[in-house]
Amino acid sequence: MATLLGGLATSHIPAIGNALAKGWQQEPYWKPFFDGFPPIHRWLNQVRPEVVVVFYNDHGLNFFLDKMPTFAVGAAAEYHNADEGWGIPTLPPLAGCPDLSWQIIRHLVACEFDVVTCQEMLVDHACTLPLKLFWPEYEVAPVQIVPIDINTVQFPLPTARRVYKLGQAVGEAIQRWDSDKRVLVMATGGLSHQLEGERAGFINKAFDQQFLESMVSNPEWATQFSDLELVERAGTQGVELLMWLAMRAALTRGGAGVRKVHSNYHIPISNTATGVMALECLA
Amino acid sequence: MSSPMRNPSDPSAPSDTHDIPGTTPFDGALAQKGYALNKMCFSFNHQANREAFVADPEGYMARYGLNPQQAEAVRSKQVLALLQAGGNAYYLAKFAGIFGLNMQDIGAQQTGVSKPEFMAKLAAANQQPDWPAAKLGV
Repeated sequence: MATLLGGLATSHIPAIGNALAKGWQQEPYWKPFFDGFPPIHRWLNQVRPEVVVVFYNDHGLNFFLDKMPTFAVGAAAEYHNADEGWGIPTLPPLAGCPDLSWQIIRHLVACEFDVVTCQEMLVDHACTLPLKLFWPEYEVAPVQIVPIDINTVQFPLPTARRVYKLGQAVGEAIQRWDSDKRVLVMATGGLSHQLEGERAGFINKAFDQQFLESMVSNPEWATQFSDLELVERAGTQGVELLMWLAMRAALTRGGAGVRKVHSNYHIPISNTATGVMALECLA
Repeated sequence: MSSPMRNPSDPSAPSDTHDIPGTTPFDGALAQKGYALNKMCFSFNHQANREAFVADPEGYMARYGLNPQQAEAVRSKQVLALLQAGGNAYYLAKFAGIFGLNMQDIGAQQTGVSKPEFMAKLAAANQQPDWPAAKLGV
């Protein structure tokens, strides 16, 4: 069976794309964010994941309001990035893992999740930039991916409880996959931030800190909140912490808990309170 | 503008109770209101479309069937007006990108301060009190 090694999480701000392209990692504005990664790079070099299941939210690249899935699972052999109008470089295509995609799809549908399956899927900055952050020395991260998009565009959003259950089911699917591969789950997005409205620039440090701690020791904590309660506490785009919930829930299946490899929290990059975390599944 | 929270005893009912300050979640009512505006902004994923809009904004808006409120909001380039016209932040960001505006430009505009002031406010969030049980070095 496949091995679920652990989970990664990072903010995915588009401006990171420019910082990477222009080599700004040591600039004073960027250094406190980029410094959060080297301990995780060292861990990744040790554990050598082969496939990464990426929980992320499409920001209007692959999906529009005409057909808006709540949950969409990529099942392509390759995933292309494309122009999103943010003025950041388009990145090279990423390799998929259709075998794991279909394993996940079969298991999710058997668990009575109603997913959209995508045999072609453009992946936006939320999927591409984190792979660059965790594998900075590679033009293309040396992993196959299975992207799982969760709607954060059109309210009502899936409930935090439902997203948690989705994550658990994905974790089960990975554990039962008839393969020798080493698999990670990844969450991208968050932490607290708000782009629009009179409350643009909203950040909630105390909430983020409590959320980060819950990721280690109390994974179901945030499932008590409705989508609007998450907006109130974490900002309109802070609902991306739903991705972290899904990732963490996947790690609760079939293991003896997790240990935190490393985490980092830095305010601000763009409008965002940034979080980065790596968790290792204990045997 | 702020938006009512959903009724907890009937989550399927339209929002009707207390507000989230300075925030209007993009619900079904706004989706209906803003569909043409959002569809136009979604087209700005493609450079050719961005160029066509810049070359002839009135013609471009007419092709997407923007209503007068939406068209006026587009002409004004004011994000609060675009939100009121039913715009969704993810698509409006592509419109802002045409003019080289980043999230701090539009954040400053929406909150009525200068860009340096807006960026200072973001950095000042570091002075917010910690979560009381926060462990150091999280």
